[in-house]
Amino acid sequence: MAASAAVRSSMGLTLRLSRVIPDCSTCPFHRLKSCVGIVANSLRNRSFDNFQTINRHLQTSIGLYHSEEGTSGAEDSDDVVNVVYVDRSGKRIPIKAKVGDNVLYLAHKHGIELEGACEASLACSTCQVYVSPAHYDKLPEPDEREDDMLDMAPMLQENSRLGCQITLTPELEGMELTLPKVTRNFYVDGHVPKPH
Amino acid sequence: MSGHKLLFSGLKFWTPGSNKWINRLHDGVKRSGTVSFSSGNPKVCIVGSGPAGFYTAQHLIKARQDVEVDIYERLPVPFGLVRFGVAPDHPEVKNVINTFTQTANHSRCSFYGNVNVGKDVSVEELQQAYHAVVLSYGAEGNRSMGVPGEDLAGVYSAKDFVGWYNGLPSCRELSPDLSCETAVVLGQGNVALDVARILLCPLDILKSTDITQLALEALAESKVRRVLIVGRRGPVQVACTIKELREMVNLPDTRPEMVAADFEGVQEAVNDLPRPRKRLTELMLKTAMEVPGEKEQERRKKASRVWGFRFFRSPVEVLSDPDHKRTAGIRLAINMLEGSGESARAVLTGEVEDVTCGLVISSIGYKSLPIDASVPFDSHRAIVPNIMGRVQQATGLYCSGWLKTGPTGVIATTMNNSFDTARSVVEDMDSRRLDVSAGKPGSQSISALLDERGVKPVLFSDWEKIDALETRRGEAIGKPREKLLTVEEMLLEARK
Repeated sequence: MAASAAVRSSMGLTLRLSRVIPDCSTCPFHRLKSCVGIVANSLRNRSFDNFQTINRHLQTSIGLYHSEEGTSGAEDSDDVVNVVYVDRSGKRIPIKAKVGDNVLYLAHKHGIELEGACEASLACSTCQVYVSPAHYDKLPEPDEREDDMLDMAPMLQENSRLGCQITLTPELEGMELTLPKVTRNFYVDGHVPKPH
Repeated sequence: MSGHKLLFSGLKFWTPGSNKWINRLHDGVKRSGTVSFSSGNPKVCIVGSGPAGFYTAQHLIKARQDVEVDIYERLPVPFGLVRFGVAPDHPEVKNVINTFTQTANHSRCSFYGNVNVGKDVSVEELQQAYHAVVLSYGAEGNRSMGVPGEDLAGVYSAKDFVGWYNGLPSCRELSPDLSCETAVVLGQGNVALDVARILLCPLDILKSTDITQLALEALAESKVRRVLIVGRRGPVQVACTIKELREMVNLPDTRPEMVAADFEGVQEAVNDLPRPRKRLTELMLKTAMEVPGEKEQERRKKASRVWGFRFFRSPVEVLSDPDHKRTAGIRLAINMLEGSGESARAVLTGEVEDVTCGLVISSIGYKSLPIDASVPFDSHRAIVPNIMGRVQQATGLYCSGWLKTGPTGVIATTMNNSFDTARSVVEDMDSRRLDVSAGKPGSQSISALLDERGVKPVLFSDWEKIDALETRRGEAIGKPREKLLTVEEMLLEARK
């Protein structure tokens, strides 16, 4: 638990540095008092120092809110890491990201459908991504707990990782993150085909 | 004049970030008998507010900007097994509630708790009111062992035991007898491991979780010191996953106790196994066979509680004490394996073995039940027959979650399963296989029906009052929440 708490607080720092935590004062949802983040926070009485997905509402496409995060100071080329997400329909989405960005929350920021049910606490496998082979080896070894979660992921492949555990570094430039196509694969008898 | 008012409300409806008051104004206009602007919107009804229900809703709302989703739930509180099934010491798994809360608060989603579909309103009535009905009410029954003595005091289903420590209202009076030294859990899936772990978990860990105070107090008095987790087949066939096994291995103040002979041939088979099974089996082998280092030996010597797997055993009878009132033991048939891997079968050898125990918990699977005679139901597999979530021989009827594929899988599995069903619904709307051109009354007509029948739904904002009360009560005693244990208490808070 201490390890995950440490991960969580360092994630909070990463989020602040990469400016994923929004400036609420300009947001129309905040002004109309219909920001889900505020409601959820006040109920749970937590500060942004705790790790949470405040940009979660982007996922259910009240999608007007991208603009703030678009140019998060990514002009400084030392800091830029270009990655490409390939969504479940095969569409390629190039993103100009920054060193330190978290692959799960970067996806959320850009409206890419990568679920993070347990909010990066290594308690689910919904953020599974396939990492381009050339970059897979550049990632640090997965924690035993990440491997445990990956073991439960449907359509596990050799190059599977959990998106919430990947932090961008300069050598990951050009990395491609493909979302598993776990669709049309549930047969009536519950048979799930092996990954291919 | 009324035309003017209509126009005004119509314009308001399309304002982005619409709030609940706008919906109510809209309802007001509808109630006055005029045709509403939203009559053209496709309306979907989802029965069940667990992960399947919410993930289906989430995907529907995202896939089409015009779909309105109403989620009906029998209890006053949402979230299904995330609230009542996930173990109290697994709070991170419950984080998914935040996603569900966001969906529920979306302007095109409404939650109606305290509505018993099948009793308060029929599926046919729902089908008349909505363009599509998605059944995602899960599996509330359990598979029975079918052995004599199953009804003795001291025998419980894992479903009820888990419901008891998680505050499910129907399990509040379970009062499991924890006065014996040995407990036998039948089944070796994650639920069986959860039960074993909660039975043996040190109290100072449990007391800061959302386990009910009732269960905490009972566990504080518990005399159970040894839990055997029994399965029909061998180590390579266990249904649990490595995270749960690791938790047992690392559980403070406990030591493992296994039978070495059960692991014959397993070391040789390990390398050919697919990765998840391989890692799991290696951990089991290590725990069962490896001679521990000094530190671990010390730790095991001091441990006051014991747990272990027992393999190749099937229950044949629960044995009672001389008064025939309580469980005194269990008779297990000894099996051998035919075949190997996932498809290995347990075959009786004819030998039996008696194990002394006072508590038997059968964790051999949940089971879906039919809630409405008009819905096709495959009672052999206990699911609603479907293809890609479309219920066979029924238009406009769908299913998702365990009701669709059977009661196995974690939240991630259910998520994919539900997204799949939602995709089928959207495909059918887009292709006109589902006719959404004619307006449907949706919750308006259902609300009127329920009103006539004296049923008052609990809205999401009402649940938030219950949520806040539970959180406050928990804070007072150092827990994330102290759950309300009866429907009456929940309704009382909801109506405030």
